[in-house]
Amino acid sequence: MPEPAIIAHNLTKRFGDFTAVDHVTFEVPRGEVFGWLGPNGAGKTTTIRMLLGLLRPTEGYARVVGYDAAKQAHEMHFHVGYMSQRFTLYQDLTVRENIRFYGHAYGLRGEALRRREEAIVRMAGLHGRGDPLTANLSGGWKQRLALGCAIVHKPQVVLLDEPTAGVDPISRREFWELIYAMAAEGVTVLVTTHYMDEAELCERVGFISRGRLVALGSPEELKRTQMRGDVLEVAMEEPERGLRYLKSLQATGRLPLDEVALYGVLLHVVVPEAERWQERLRRALEEAGFRVQHVAWIEPTLEDVFISAVKAAG
Amino acid sequence: MDERVTLYARNLVKVFHTRRGEVRAVDGLSLEVHRGETVGLIGPDGAGKTTTVRLILGLLRRTAGESGVLGYDSMRDPFAIRAATGYIAQRFALPPDLTVQENMRFFANVYGVPRHEQRDRIDRLLAFAGLLDFRSRLAGHLSGGMKKKLALACSLVHNPRVLILDEPTLGVDPVSRREFWNLLNDLRAVEGVSILVCTPYMDEAERCQRVALIAEGRLIACDSPAAIRRQVAGELLECRPSDVRRAKALVAELPGVLEVQTYGPSLHIFVDRADERRAAIVAALEAAGIRCRGMRRIIPQMEEAFISLLRRRQEREHA
Repeated sequence: MPEPAIIAHNLTKRFGDFTAVDHVTFEVPRGEVFGWLGPNGAGKTTTIRMLLGLLRPTEGYARVVGYDAAKQAHEMHFHVGYMSQRFTLYQDLTVRENIRFYGHAYGLRGEALRRREEAIVRMAGLHGRGDPLTANLSGGWKQRLALGCAIVHKPQVVLLDEPTAGVDPISRREFWELIYAMAAEGVTVLVTTHYMDEAELCERVGFISRGRLVALGSPEELKRTQMRGDVLEVAMEEPERGLRYLKSLQATGRLPLDEVALYGVLLHVVVPEAERWQERLRRALEEAGFRVQHVAWIEPTLEDVFISAVKAAG
Repeated sequence: MDERVTLYARNLVKVFHTRRGEVRAVDGLSLEVHRGETVGLIGPDGAGKTTTVRLILGLLRRTAGESGVLGYDSMRDPFAIRAATGYIAQRFALPPDLTVQENMRFFANVYGVPRHEQRDRIDRLLAFAGLLDFRSRLAGHLSGGMKKKLALACSLVHNPRVLILDEPTLGVDPVSRREFWNLLNDLRAVEGVSILVCTPYMDEAERCQRVALIAEGRLIACDSPAAIRRQVAGELLECRPSDVRRAKALVAELPGVLEVQTYGPSLHIFVDRADERRAAIVAALEAAGIRCRGMRRIIPQMEEAFISLLRRRQEREHA
């Protein structure tokens, strides 16, 4: 069996007294779409910088496509693609100039470069649109061009750091089609995101909180194993006032509510046992004068799991 | 004019002249925000959201139409508008080398808050934003979520009645985004502030009283989130087929199927009646050698509505 595409072993980074990444261990097999999730400042980007060989770990090691990231960064570089949070495109170059620039940086020349240029223009949906200045592209196109530039050298592993931040829903979906098309060709993808619906699309995810890996597995596994209670979904009129009311019940201990949060217009309430508390929750709300449409026991979303795992880690 | 209206645009037009010719970034857009209401501005990238906001604030000259805030016209009284409005620009960053307290003081001075009022007001806003304990921390050392809350506190330092926020929670984790929106809701519900907010997050759009969906500079829907969700025709099934592309093409031709959307490895199928069609869809996929995991009915959310409305509009235009 070939070595996994990405190996992090006890990976640790300390900046002075601050431990940004704390003994993190995980593997990503070849061809997998792996989600790397966590709150802001949890250590996601620091991990990626170590995987890229840009930062030397204080302890532990990272191996990517068979190379030691810290010691063989140069050799590894030809097999790894990276797209950062801020698209690293030259705004005053045209689309094709950007692709050629990155192609040259990876040592592509002549016919090989021309073929990749065509493939990427096509992938980004920019064929038949002339060769506009990058500055004039809208967000979704810039994002697909940035991905194209990150994979101009056909890397085996691609690291995407919040590639869809601030991009509209249609562009986000198109982008995920590209991710899955790459994975189908055997490319390994590690992606960070704050969109929990995107996290659900990953084959496996790792949650990092304050530098520590707090959960690792497929979305289905994590929903089964990581929740400390059951999730009740409440549809009611005035959900925001309902939220405040339930928080007050939580604070006084009148109902054993682990978590109360608003998802769009629905409330998610985490209770120890759904069967026991479902009716009592409804009654408590109705007695306080709220109009409740339903209280349903639902499968947790990955966002519920995320909150639960981060809380449990303290 | 209706006295509840705190912010409006009427047939607003903005044409940019570029080397390639004219671009109509905003094309006859009309919109109102009432007192104590949050209106979400959503739309694809390049739809004209930020241009609309800048026109309303008087930062850009309109080509035609009208707009204004609190009775002031965007072009004649831009300074009065700035004095009465809190504004967080897209990708706005606070000076990182000032502390939380210094940032607040800086904005209080910019907005001309009298010295003797500054202390009380800053304390109140820091308490509101949950930042009292971080008063002497450098803004650059705050977490992403706290930076956004500080930006909100700074934008409120002159007690504005209207808030205009352009993607205020971009790149922030879901828990912090939710906290930020709890603050916005308090401002709206308790203080009666009117809020116009551009957001790429559909769960945030759900928390607005009304949502304005714009595309190519035009308003294509403006209603409560529930009413917009109801505009989606049919019921929704979700599944994970072993071959998404082939499954999409095949399912689109089946009876009762109104629309098919893909999302990574999963397929969203709009049908006239979910319970009736489910079995036939699974059978058709299996007959074609496509395995199909986890077929289930889901409730359409704002995101599906958004995509569906835009797609129908495109189809109409190309028909």
